[in-house]
Amino acid sequence: MTEWLIVVLLIVGTAFMVTSSVGLVRLPDFYMRMHGPAKAATLGVICVLLAGVVYFTFEQDYFSIREVLAIAFIFITAPVGAHMLTKAARHIGVKFHDQTRIEK
Amino acid sequence: MIATVANWCLLALALSAGLCVVRLLRGPSVPDRALALDTLAVNLIGIIGILCIRDNTVVYFDAVLVIAVLGFVSTVAVAKYLLKGDIID
Repeated sequence: MTEWLIVVLLIVGTAFMVTSSVGLVRLPDFYMRMHGPAKAATLGVICVLLAGVVYFTFEQDYFSIREVLAIAFIFITAPVGAHMLTKAARHIGVKFHDQTRIEK
Repeated sequence: MIATVANWCLLALALSAGLCVVRLLRGPSVPDRALALDTLAVNLIGIIGILCIRDNTVVYFDAVLVIAVLGFVSTVAVAKYLLKGDIID
């Protein structure tokens, strides 16, 4: 039972991370490319680390607070980094896609 | 079963890191490259997390924490440099 939970968490997390990287390569605009790593990759890496927590807690009887700390750190810092990077791109004038409409 | 799934997930994450390197080499602007490096760090955290499960060891968790901190600090440093021209004022 626990084994199935670990496998499902691993597969879901990996699928989200691969999707975010495909979006990083294929989307046409910097501001669109920001979506993949800011949301999908964060969710994916949290799923993968959660699989590690479940594995070491229930299969090996070893609760590691460091991995929980890593999950909390990534969950807090990923939106902050994405916001600052987008603000910097807006400041130096990275071009929008042609069909993006900006309400003045 | 966990070891087999972990091996396939490692292969998929290596592919994902390769896609990040493509964007890193091709990116037209500086924030694109910084974003690709940030995503590369996140992919590396996932790879190390899966390696912990596959090799059944906990000694790699410290590396996860260090890479998470370094990725965040480097992204914020690049963003601050692009915004203000210097990092510490």
